[in-house]
Amino acid sequence: MTLAEKILAAHAGKKSVQPGEFADVQVDLVMTTDATGLISVQQFHKMGATKVFDPGKVVLVMDHFVPSRDVESAETVKALREFAREQGVLFFDVGRAGIVHVILPEKGLVLPGDVVVGGDSHTCTYGALGAFATGMGSTDIAFAMVFGRTWMRVPESLHLVYHGLPGPWVGGKDLILHTITRIGVEGASYQALEFTGEAISALAMDDRFTMANMAIEAGAKAGLFSVDEKTRAYLQGRAQRSYSVQSADPGARYAGTMEFEVSSLEPQVAFPHSPGNSRGVSEAEGIFIDQAVIGSCTNGWLGDLRAAARVLKGRQVHPGVRCIVVPGSQEIYLQAMNEGLLEIFVRAGAAVSTPTCGPCPGAHMGAVGAGERCISTTNRNFIGRMGSPRAEIYLANPAVVAASAVIGQIVHPREVAGK
Amino acid sequence: MIRGRARKFGDNIDTDAIIPATYANLTDPAELGRHCMEHIDPGFARRVSPGDIIVGGSNFGCGSSREIAPWAIKGAGVSAVVAKSFARIFYRNAINIALPLLECPEAAEGAEEGDSLEIDLLQGEIRNLSRGKVSKAAPYPDFIRELVTAGGLVEYARRLLGQAGRPTGGREK
Repeated sequence: MTLAEKILAAHAGKKSVQPGEFADVQVDLVMTTDATGLISVQQFHKMGATKVFDPGKVVLVMDHFVPSRDVESAETVKALREFAREQGVLFFDVGRAGIVHVILPEKGLVLPGDVVVGGDSHTCTYGALGAFATGMGSTDIAFAMVFGRTWMRVPESLHLVYHGLPGPWVGGKDLILHTITRIGVEGASYQALEFTGEAISALAMDDRFTMANMAIEAGAKAGLFSVDEKTRAYLQGRAQRSYSVQSADPGARYAGTMEFEVSSLEPQVAFPHSPGNSRGVSEAEGIFIDQAVIGSCTNGWLGDLRAAARVLKGRQVHPGVRCIVVPGSQEIYLQAMNEGLLEIFVRAGAAVSTPTCGPCPGAHMGAVGAGERCISTTNRNFIGRMGSPRAEIYLANPAVVAASAVIGQIVHPREVAGK
Repeated sequence: MIRGRARKFGDNIDTDAIIPATYANLTDPAELGRHCMEHIDPGFARRVSPGDIIVGGSNFGCGSSREIAPWAIKGAGVSAVVAKSFARIFYRNAINIALPLLECPEAAEGAEEGDSLEIDLLQGEIRNLSRGKVSKAAPYPDFIRELVTAGGLVEYARRLLGQAGRPTGGREK
C-alpha cells in the first residue's frame, strides 16, 4: 500500500484498503477557522447534536479575518468563541496563535500517521509531517465534530520523485509551482501526492510544508512526505502525544510516477491567473509591480522570513511598491524579532503585520485595486483572489518577492543579493 | 424532474469566482446568491432565473473549501450544476447540502447558453430540449446516492443520532 492507503487503512480498522473504495475513517483532529466555522456550528445544531465527540480533538483557530475586520467578522468570531467555551474544545484567539496551518504543527497537535480533516482547503499542509490531512466543507466538518469520523473515497496515489539538489534561491515553493504546472491544476484530482527523492530529503521542514500546502492546487486530496530525521527533529519538544509513523510499502501501486530534475530549476513565477501557469523567473523579469506580499500558510514560516530578510537587509523597498510581511504565527513573529528580521523589514520600508490570512484571500491587510499588480508568496492567483478582479497576481518564493519589492519589477534574487 | 435554462461557464471555475472570500461572514444563501459569480460574470445573479442550470467545463469549483460556494449557487436560484468534471471538495460540499451535480462531458460540451435543459436525477439523464439530445451522467457511487436520498448530510446525521444516540452512529452497510 502507498503511504496514504496505509494511514487510511489504519483509521478504517482494516488490514488494507483499495483506491476507489469508500472507507469510514476515524479522525485524530477536526479543525475549522473563522472563515468556514460558523456554518459548521449551525449545521452541528441542525444535526441535533449537543456535544462534540472529543473536545480534545476539535480545534478552532481564528485567522482569516482577524483582528476583526468589521462588525460581521467580530460577530462570527464571537459566536465561535462561545461555541468553543460551551463545548470545551481547543480555541486559538487573536494574539495567542496565528495561521491555522502554521500553528497546528507548531503546537504539536498534528502528528505523523494522523488523519486530520479541516474546514480549509490548505489543510493538506500537514502532509509534510506524514499525516493524511485534507480540506472539507463546513457540513462535513460538523459531521466529523459530532461523530469523530468521516467518509472518504480512498484516493489513488501519484508518486513524485525529485532528483538532484535545488540551487541557490530555489526552494519548496519553486518545486511545487513547477510540479503543479507540469501536472495541471486538475491533474491530480482526487489523488494523493507522495513526494520523494533526493531533493525532498534535502528540503527543510518549512519547504516541505510549502509543498504539501499547495497539493490542493493540483486538485489533490492530500500531499504526503515520509517521516525522517528532519521531521522528528521538528516534532521534538512539540508533540503532544505519541505517534505511529507509517510508510509506503516497497511494492506499493501508484496511479503514476513523475520524475523531476531540480538541479537546473530556476526560481518559478506563476503568472495570472493560475498557480499552474509557472515559468522561470527569467521570463518574468521586467514586469512592474505595485505590491509585494510575504507570508501566508504557504510561505509565512521562519525560513521564509529569513530568506526575505537576506534580500532586504540594508536595502529599501522601491518607492512605487508596498511590501507587506505577515509572519505565520506568534512563535515565528517572536523568533523573527529575536533574530532581528523584523527590524530589517521595517528599516527596508515594509509593513509587518500580526499573523493573519489577511491579504491572501483579499480579506483585509492589503487588498489590491483595479489595474494593480501584486507579487505574492501566497498560494492562489485566481481572478479577484486578492481584491479587484482587474488586478493581476504573480506567485513566487519569498526571496523573489523580496527582490522584486526592492527593484519594483519582478527579478531574480541574485540580481539584488548576489549568489 | 429539474427544468431550466443553461447558464454556461468555462473550465476551472474556482471558488473565488463563484463567491469571493470577502463574503465568508455571510450565511444567508439568498444574500450569498446576490454575489454569485460577480467577479467573472457581473450581473449573473440578476439575470439568472429560478431553476436555471449552470453548465461548467472541467474542474468546476476548484480552490477553497468554502461551502458558501454551493450555497451561493443555490441561493442564486440555480437548481443543478452539469459539468465535465468537478473539484473534489466542491463536489462533497454540494452533495452535502443537496445541490445536485451531474458529471457529464457530453452534455456540458453540447449545451449552449440559454438552452432548455431537463434533468432526471433518478435516471441520471440530461435532456437538452433545445437540441433534442439526451446524455447520461456518471452515476453516483452507492454511498453518495444514500446521502442524496437522505436529503444531504445534515439529514443523514440526524438519522444516525436519532437511531443510535450520540456519538455511536456510523455508516450502516
